[in-house]
Amino acid sequence: MSSVDYDAFRTEVKAFLANALSENLKEKIRLGLPMTKADHEEWHAILNDKGWLAVNWPVEYGGTGWDGMQRQIYEIEACLANAPRVVPFGLAMMGPILQKFGNDTQKAYFLPRILNGEHWWCQGYSEPGAGSDLASLKTKAVRDGDHYVVNGQKTWTTLAQHANWIFCLVRTDPNAKKQEGISFLLIDMTTPGVEVRPIELLDGDCEVNEVWFDNVRVPVENLIGEENEGWTYAKYLLTHERTNIAGVGFSNANLIALKAIAQKEQLNGQPLADNPRFAARMAEVEIDLMAMATTNLRTIAKVASGQAPGVESSMLKIKGTEIRQEIDDLTRRAVGPYAVPKSLDALAEGNNNEQIGPDYAASASVKYFNNRKLTIFGGSTEVQRSIISKSVLGL
Amino acid sequence: MQFGDTEDRRMLSDMLRRFLAENYANDMRSKLAETQSGFSAEIWAGLAELGIIGALFSEEVGGFGGAGFDISTVFEELGRAGTVEPLLDTLYAGGLIADLGDEAQKELLAPVIAGEKQIAFAHGEPGSRYDLSHVETHAAQTAAGFTLTGAKSVVGNGAAADTIVVSARTSGEVRDANGISLFVVPVNAKGLSRKPYAKLDGGNAAEIALDGVEVPSSALLGPLGCAFDAIEFRAASAITAICAEALGAMEQAKDLTVEYLKTRQQFGRPIGKFQALQHRMVEILIDVEQARSAVINAADHLEGDRLTRERMVSAAKNLIGRTGRRISEECVQMHGGIGMTEEYALSHFARRLILIDHVLGDADHHLERFIALGKSA
Repeated sequence: MSSVDYDAFRTEVKAFLANALSENLKEKIRLGLPMTKADHEEWHAILNDKGWLAVNWPVEYGGTGWDGMQRQIYEIEACLANAPRVVPFGLAMMGPILQKFGNDTQKAYFLPRILNGEHWWCQGYSEPGAGSDLASLKTKAVRDGDHYVVNGQKTWTTLAQHANWIFCLVRTDPNAKKQEGISFLLIDMTTPGVEVRPIELLDGDCEVNEVWFDNVRVPVENLIGEENEGWTYAKYLLTHERTNIAGVGFSNANLIALKAIAQKEQLNGQPLADNPRFAARMAEVEIDLMAMATTNLRTIAKVASGQAPGVESSMLKIKGTEIRQEIDDLTRRAVGPYAVPKSLDALAEGNNNEQIGPDYAASASVKYFNNRKLTIFGGSTEVQRSIISKSVLGL
Repeated sequence: MQFGDTEDRRMLSDMLRRFLAENYANDMRSKLAETQSGFSAEIWAGLAELGIIGALFSEEVGGFGGAGFDISTVFEELGRAGTVEPLLDTLYAGGLIADLGDEAQKELLAPVIAGEKQIAFAHGEPGSRYDLSHVETHAAQTAAGFTLTGAKSVVGNGAAADTIVVSARTSGEVRDANGISLFVVPVNAKGLSRKPYAKLDGGNAAEIALDGVEVPSSALLGPLGCAFDAIEFRAASAITAICAEALGAMEQAKDLTVEYLKTRQQFGRPIGKFQALQHRMVEILIDVEQARSAVINAADHLEGDRLTRERMVSAAKNLIGRTGRRISEECVQMHGGIGMTEEYALSHFARRLILIDHVLGDADHHLERFIALGKSA
């Protein structure tokens, strides 16, 4: 095992976060206010200066080279400090794909631009007709000289409104079997024919988008690896690079915040936290989280000893998202009637005199609604169950 | 982090698993149910010979283990094999003797570890439910020693025990933690009577009446009136043990069910091809992993500070209670009728998983306790 002094590392992380985070960012995260593009860029730049932006990249590419335990410690401390999350599409997804399957030119060009923020990536996987059944995707890329001509539509593209690059799974061989005719293509979103249309969700925000491609010409050098091998590259991410899938840091910090709210909220003249029914629900999810955090550490130890985490990722995703959603549900209940007002926008704009109810209540419902996505994206809970059933149980 | 996984413990677990796989047949439990002790003397001797009883105690008292992870390692294998032998009661009562006993009292442990003598801890009472501080049985001090009067209920291994550790109040009110004392009492003491019976999930227990039982001063185990902390600590190790046993039983129930889903044919195919059952089976798998982590957390903190230990232990017992019920019911349901037959192995594990929730505090009890402990954190 590694010889890292984890206690010292945790101290270093705490000290850094205490100094590096601006009051503005901390407060936005605490209140659950929407993050602007500039907010994200501010935090990415601070982390990049420190050399801590790419937590799961090796040192040779400008990453931290941290082991799983260090990443886990960092995640927990960052969440506790109300640090914004790092936008994962470039750092956690595109980076590892490039490092594993990209050629030297691609690596040299794209990797530094992920770190310095010049490129903001988004993920072009899902389509209107290809959700859980991702391999049925139809967006096609037809070779025309030195270019591919791309036509089709992606959807649920998170933060595409900020992005200038998109990595896409596209069909290059319409006659091959489902998974076999797919290629992995990098597309400059400023190319003519790319159009981003926002999708408003039930939480009132437009976090996701449709991305349309109308005869978009993409240079062939933007193909990752081999033509028609894209599915393999996408799958690699699912099994090898899914850090943080359990969301222990989020759940841990959110549970602490929930407990504080339940102390402040009153029921029959007593803190809500002392109500037996509410206390029981909080305790059950805390107990589940304590066990899941250990399951997560066991997986990290397994990876450290050289084994690939296959099915553990699926199990952690199912349980971890269940726990996060339960905490969100309890937080929504905790604020009582103040879950109803549409007050987050006023708070975001700094109209404090228009604030309705306690400030911590403003985002409770919005977060709850937003995080219904957790059990749907990245392979829904049902898809994960089918994966486990096949690979572990042999059913 | 190693999660208690050492070379020695892996050898211990392999050895125990092999021994039980070779010697513990499924039809044995129903035969044993007809006997007075409810367990197998041969298996007990075999466990002693392999050093399994010794693995539950520290070297200081003649064992060679006793740490949280030693206990969890042994009990997971016991649970996997579905044994009914009284190791839990041996750990609970023996642990108290090891922690509190004087030199003469500690000598009682040598024949226990050698498998020659049986012990039990008589603590629960008709009105105590799962409250460890509820002791109505009282001990009156006399010139020669003490006189014990009261009633003890559902005393595990109480029917087979040669010696019983008895809790009795020497001061304070019924539910006070202070004022509880322990006494080492031979079962043939005058005034002690037992009503032995079998447990639904195997093994024996007894209702014990103490009708003016006179014991000498030397029977007092530990300081007068101050036994509660030791009882709480040994309850924590017993809970860790029974949680690990439940984990082993869950693994076995899961394996039996997966196997059944692959082989049982209905509507022209194995029933494991039906997604309705596949997804439920996966939930069981996740429950088992959660249970394993809960056991690790409890075992890992057994030697730690009191508050953390007790929170981890109550968290584990709550989680095991919840998941144990779900796994028991789901495994029977997915088997269908065959899962309910006594002849098929699953029935024992299904029953044991449910009844474990009735030993040393159920899921509700430990949830409330976890909440209360959180307030003092």
